[in-house]
Amino acid sequence: MSVPENLRYSKSHEWVRIDGDTATVGITDHAQEELGDVALIQLPEVGRILLADGAFGEIESIKAVSELYSPVGGEVVAINEALEEAPETVNNDPYGDGWLIKLKVASPADADVLLDAAGYNALLEES
Amino acid sequence: MKSTALIETHRALGARFVDYAGWEMPVQYSSGPVAEVKACRSAVGIFDVSHMGTVRVSGPEALDFIQYVTSNDASRLVPGQAQYSLLLNGAGGVVDDIIVYRVATQEFFAVINAGCKDKDVAWLRTHIRSFPGATLVDESDATSIIAVQGPSAVSLVSSLTAGAVDSIKRFHFASTRVSGVSLVAAHTGYTGEDGFELIMPWDGAPSVWSALIAGGASPCGLASRDVLRIEAAYPLYGHEINEDISPLGAGLQWAVKTSKKDFIGRNALVERAQSVTREKLVGLVVASGARAIPRERCPVYASTIEDPVGIVTSGTLSPTLGIGVALARVGAGWATMGQALEIDIRGKRSPVEVAPLPFYRNGV
Repeated sequence: MSVPENLRYSKSHEWVRIDGDTATVGITDHAQEELGDVALIQLPEVGRILLADGAFGEIESIKAVSELYSPVGGEVVAINEALEEAPETVNNDPYGDGWLIKLKVASPADADVLLDAAGYNALLEES
Repeated sequence: MKSTALIETHRALGARFVDYAGWEMPVQYSSGPVAEVKACRSAVGIFDVSHMGTVRVSGPEALDFIQYVTSNDASRLVPGQAQYSLLLNGAGGVVDDIIVYRVATQEFFAVINAGCKDKDVAWLRTHIRSFPGATLVDESDATSIIAVQGPSAVSLVSSLTAGAVDSIKRFHFASTRVSGVSLVAAHTGYTGEDGFELIMPWDGAPSVWSALIAGGASPCGLASRDVLRIEAAYPLYGHEINEDISPLGAGLQWAVKTSKKDFIGRNALVERAQSVTREKLVGLVVASGARAIPRERCPVYASTIEDPVGIVTSGTLSPTLGIGVALARVGAGWATMGQALEIDIRGKRSPVEVAPLPFYRNGV
């Protein structure tokens, strides 16, 4: 199970990468593995304001539906439109081409309260 | 939780498990349900369905008893032939759907749903009291079943058996051996593909399974099995049918032979068949361009009236067709082919259309 060192993680198995005032959000390798073959992803419209821990969409596999939560708050500035045609990218490359949304965050330091790689690994070991 | 004789085999194949009717069953293997569906549709998939129950009825009154507790006409079966049938309750609801095998003139075998097993056996034991010339044995704990399904399934099974199983007609069965294990090869299935269901002693399953895998079969779990049966429009107990649903509202009237003499549920169904308002089981496909996956219990709407006109009984994304599909129970007035409807999926309406069933079958 891959847990990159340079990302932050939520307890609901999303990851976030902070780059200046932009946050990129996706689901973790563990989450995609649990979900199985991703079949459909509902993402918000660009311009929507999300609160930290706010639901921003749904991700569906053949058998299950999961709600997506944003680990940080901000304005949606981009969604990964390629996933509409190729949702399986989330399975194949969850930390790269399988990203979900990009947010413009007011205070990037908000991400500091999230789990780091060690904390997320510990969470996975507990479950 | 109960487990089948193959649980360690499944573990070694990277299975993920789920509690299904009290059984720890593989829901998928490492390649995932989409790949498993494709393997079954393009080559051959194998399924451990040993959780299903099995009962044997024998004696001079065996046929009379089977005729009384099932809706199909077992008198039409010759030894070596099987049929889909229903156990009905007195109100005409479905206690279970089953396959009845005529083993000999006075001997029948039935495969029943895992989730209904205890209920069915109790139900059958109650009614067999009126048939002192028939005896019932629950063989569930002594029996393993492996389904071998797909366009290459018949040739695979043929290559592993001494006798020619390709001469067994559809819905017929014969005794044979695979890897030294004596088993019954039944030319039946639940995937919409050709193939066999191999019924064998409990401890024979691991060597038969290994022989099938060595022959190129892909292991398939319950998730792909459910997708395959939805594509092929086979009912699943607890979804399309249950104690409160008439087989007439589930497209199963062909398995109800009201012309044969009295059987449990017959009178209720004869009365109900005459009433005007009826529900029908239909296929729904998500309209092209709309991306949505219908799920069980989603309400179905028509644009002209406010209240729901039906409910989704099973839904999935069809990996074979690349679209969302559903089996749904709708008012008979909304069951016309091509009828435009809407499904409410977690608060969002998606356009669908009534489509012919099955969505997909390959030569069966």
